[in-house]
Amino acid sequence: MSQSHQGYMKALKCRECGREYPLAATHVCEFDFGPLEVAYDYERIRAVLNRESIASRPRSMWRYRELLPVAGEPTVGREVGYTPLIKADRLARRLGIRELWVKNDAVNYPTLSFKDRVVSVALSRSVELGFKTVACASTGNLANSVAANAAAAGLEAYVFIPSDLEQGKVVNSLVYGARVIGIRGHYDEVNRLCAEIAGKYPWAFVNVNMRPYYAEGSKSMGFEIQEQMGWRIPEHTVVCMASGSLLTKIHKSYQEFSKLGIVPNTPWKIHGAQATGCNPITLAKKAGLDFFKPQKPNTIAKSLAIGTPADGFYALKVMKETGGHGEDVTDDEIREGIRMLAECEGIFAETAGGVTVGVARKLIAQGKIPADSSAVLCITGNGLKTLDAVVGHVGETREIRPSLREFEGVLASDRPTVSA
Amino acid sequence: MEGIMSVRVSIPPTLRGLCGGEATVRVRPGTVAEAMQQLRERYNGVHERLCNERGEIRGSVLMFVNDEDIRFLRDQETELRPGDEVSIIPAFAGG
Repeated sequence: MSQSHQGYMKALKCRECGREYPLAATHVCEFDFGPLEVAYDYERIRAVLNRESIASRPRSMWRYRELLPVAGEPTVGREVGYTPLIKADRLARRLGIRELWVKNDAVNYPTLSFKDRVVSVALSRSVELGFKTVACASTGNLANSVAANAAAAGLEAYVFIPSDLEQGKVVNSLVYGARVIGIRGHYDEVNRLCAEIAGKYPWAFVNVNMRPYYAEGSKSMGFEIQEQMGWRIPEHTVVCMASGSLLTKIHKSYQEFSKLGIVPNTPWKIHGAQATGCNPITLAKKAGLDFFKPQKPNTIAKSLAIGTPADGFYALKVMKETGGHGEDVTDDEIREGIRMLAECEGIFAETAGGVTVGVARKLIAQGKIPADSSAVLCITGNGLKTLDAVVGHVGETREIRPSLREFEGVLASDRPTVSA
Repeated sequence: MEGIMSVRVSIPPTLRGLCGGEATVRVRPGTVAEAMQQLRERYNGVHERLCNERGEIRGSVLMFVNDEDIRFLRDQETELRPGDEVSIIPAFAGG
C-alpha cells in the first residue's frame, strides 16, 4: 500500500508485542492474540494539524481527521459529532463540586449515542476496504448506529443483539431495514457467536475484524472536550465502562493532543464508572488488581452489561497511570443519577448516563474527586431509548377533566400555602 | 481414533494455519490443561500463542467448554468429558 492510500496511518500494531500488520480488516495478533491498534505518522500529522486548521473546519468529529483511521475523505457519517459541552452549574451545586461539565453525546447525530462516532469511522474504512455488508454485536446503541449509517451509505447490515433488549433499541435498528438477529443470551454470548460468524463470512464486523479502526472513533469525543474547554485537558473525566474501550480512547485523545502541542501537557485523571450489577472492572480497581474476573451481568444499564470486557485490562491500566478511581452504582442510584441530570440540566440520558452521574456523585462525596476541582462527565446515550428502565420511577401524570376547578384542586395540593 | 479423541476443539481462524488448515481438531478427554498439552505436542506454535510463558491462558484469549467460559468453571483444571466441545476465540470488544 502506498502512503497516499493509507492517509496518516502507518500500520496496525499489536498492543502486546508490537508486531506490525498491514492496514487490513484484522484485529488480533497472530502471535499472542493481542489487540491490534492503528499506528500513525505523528510527524506528518504535526505538520498539518493545529488549533487553526482544526478551527477552520466544519463542526463535526472529522475536523480531527488526521488522527482518525481512514485513508481518504470519510464517506459515512460526515456530520457526526461536535456535540455540546455544557457547563453544568446546577448539577455541580447538587453534587458539591466547584466546576462541572457535561459532554452530551445523548444528542449525537444520527442515532443519539456516542456510537455514531465509532461507526462512522468503521464504515468509512469498510467502504475503503471494499466491503458491501457490515455487521456488529451490540447491546443496542451500536446496532442502532450501524443500522442507520449503513442505510445512509447503501450498505447491507446484519446486527446481532441480546433478545431481551429494550424495545426502543430494537425498533431503532429495525426501522432502517437492517437484518436484526436477537440472540437468547447475554451480550458476551452474542459477541462470542459473532466472533465465530466473523471467522466464516466476509463481512466487516465493526467491533470484531474492524475493531482497530472502530475503536479509534471514540477519541473524537476526547478531542472535542479539549477544544470545547478552550484547548485544555480537564483535571477529572468520568467515563462509563462496558468493554472499557471509550475510557482508554479518551485517555489516548489527551495524550495525542498534548504530544502534538495542541494543548498544554497538564495532568489529568480518568475515572471509570460501572453498574454494580456488572462491575468486573471497578471491582478489580477497588481491590487493587491488574486483572478482572468475568461476571454474568444483571443490571438495568444494559448498554454497559459486558461481563467479559475486552479492554478491561487496559482501562485498569489507564485509571492506575492517571491516578483515577473506579466506582459502581446500584440500579436505584442509576435512576437517581438520570433524574439529577434531567432535573438540573434538562438532559435526559440513558441508563449508562445515570451510571456516570451516580459514580461522579460518589467519587465527589468520597473526596476522590476534590470539591474544589473541575470535572467532565461523558454522557454517551439518550434516555428516550431506555424508557423501560425509568417508567414508574419518575412520577406520574395527574389526570383531570377539562375543568379549571379541578386544575386548581391539583395546584392546591402542590402549593398548600398559596391560595388562588 | 474418533472414539478416543472424543473432545472437539474449534480453532480460531488465526491459528488454523498452524493446525493444517483445520477449523476443528479432536483431543482426548482429560482437563483443559491436558488438552492444551496435546495441542502443543501435535501443532508447533499453537501453545505459545494461547498461553504466556507461565503456561497461563493469555488475557486476550477466551476459552469455552460447552458454551461456558472456563473462568466460570475451573479454569485449566476444568474436566473435558467425551462429547464435550471446546471453543477458543479472541477476547472481544464492546458494543
